[in-house]
Amino acid sequence: MLEAYPQNRFARIVLWSFAALVMAFLMLPTLVVVPLSFSASSLLEFPPHAYSLRWYENFFSSATWMAALRTSLILGTLTALIAVPFALLACISMNRLGGKTAASIQSVLLTPSVTPGILLAIGLFFVLAAQRLVGTLFGVLVGHVVLAVPVACIVLLPALARFDWNQVQAARSLGANWARAIGGIIVPQLRLSLLSATLMAFLTSLDESVISIFIASGRNSTMPKLMFLSLRDQIDPTIAAISTLWTAIVVVVVVIVALRQKS
Amino acid sequence: MTVTVDPALLADARRERRFFLSLSLPALFIVGLAAILPILWIIRQSFLTTGGEYTVGNYTKVLSSGLTWSALVTTLELSLGTLAICIVLGIPLALALASARPRVANLLMAFVMLPLWTAILVRTYGWLVLLRRDGLINAALTGSGLTAEPLPLVYNFTGTLIGMVHYMLPLFLLPVYAAMRDIDPNLIRASASMGATLGQVIRTVIMPLSAGGIFSGSVIVLIYSIGFFITPAVLGGGKVNPLSTRIERALSTFQDWGSASVLGILLLVLMALIGVMLLAARRLLAQTTVAAAHA
Repeated sequence: MLEAYPQNRFARIVLWSFAALVMAFLMLPTLVVVPLSFSASSLLEFPPHAYSLRWYENFFSSATWMAALRTSLILGTLTALIAVPFALLACISMNRLGGKTAASIQSVLLTPSVTPGILLAIGLFFVLAAQRLVGTLFGVLVGHVVLAVPVACIVLLPALARFDWNQVQAARSLGANWARAIGGIIVPQLRLSLLSATLMAFLTSLDESVISIFIASGRNSTMPKLMFLSLRDQIDPTIAAISTLWTAIVVVVVVIVALRQKS
Repeated sequence: MTVTVDPALLADARRERRFFLSLSLPALFIVGLAAILPILWIIRQSFLTTGGEYTVGNYTKVLSSGLTWSALVTTLELSLGTLAICIVLGIPLALALASARPRVANLLMAFVMLPLWTAILVRTYGWLVLLRRDGLINAALTGSGLTAEPLPLVYNFTGTLIGMVHYMLPLFLLPVYAAMRDIDPNLIRASASMGATLGQVIRTVIMPLSAGGIFSGSVIVLIYSIGFFITPAVLGGGKVNPLSTRIERALSTFQDWGSASVLGILLLVLMALIGVMLLAARRLLAQTTVAAAHA
């Protein structure tokens, strides 16, 4: 963009050095935990004097962490399985209705993503408390689905806008019912977007912490809730191991989605 | 000319419309149940005593407490401070990325997005490791002799602000970068050929044309930082208390549902005020952009 200014080398060097510093700032906290997770010492030494896998062993042999991991994976899967079909139906509806109706549906569906998490969390806590559902997996699941629906909609809406609706009309005129038209035409054609929406919904649930902190308890504690509680007490390198694993998994998922979308 | 439409067709169209409307019902139902009902419930709860009787006592109690007002000030300081730093760090970075070749820019963007894909608690942990008294930054500072004593970088306002900027910066960067990327390079070549200096081009061409992106980025930062909970709760170490951590303490530590709801309502009011101000600002921005285009 600035190639019209080849003579301003000094300005360019200043700009890029600044940009490099900001990028280092952005990446530093993610990267710094990786070497720590392989440290043999329980002190925060950098670089570690000796390496080991003891913090990974610690994690995988801890019943508490394993229960939390299980809860988080179950929650993430259920969230994606519920939120994505709901979002797909809503996006089809908005796509067909258009105009003001679609705009108002969209603004209602996006409310959860612009409401502070703490408000959703305490409100949901009150509602669930009245039904004696605080601390149940169901309570947290409802909270996660409501956060994942807008995320899935943001992925699916533009995909549906590119979809040629005439195909559905052709299928309908040939006698396919709506379930067949949606399942046989829309779903297969949007499969890449649906895959991205599913992974995004899964990650939304996996990373959600505030609702989990207020609603989940005991056996149903999620990974973020347990991490939050242990960070308040002390810094244990087990968390570095968890963080490294977590980031590695997320990066792999994101790279797969990015590569599949390109191909 | 009057067009007569077959009433059967009209009825068909109405039926189809109802069918499409019904497709949004599951999603609308869950949002109503798990987002809108809870917000309404907070309003209801704010007027109830622990025993379930109607009262305005929660409001008088919370609004007469000095802690509430200092929480409000902390909330604003954190949000506006985060926004200011995001603008200072984000605009030059977006400019650098937008001026790079597309392949380089895409690669660098992937790195910039890395924190966005890192779980919030992982990042918070990373900052604790870096900023603590015995953390890496203090070890480097005292080790190199730059400071004699470790600096207090975390469990205070500084640490909270660092954590929040780190969370918000990628969110701010995305719309700003997109806006700058969309600027027609010919405009800059034209300005250069007519003798504009680099500073003038940035001030009079690039900044006005990316104002929309900067505005969207700022809205995102404000909306997210006003109710931010995890970062102040962990990196603030109990000493930084915006509305969000006060709400948590009222609910979890004191079991005081009434006060927690009133604080929640304050947060809602603050959001609404900021929403109104942003709408006004957008109108103003649109007017000045049009005026500038006509000038």
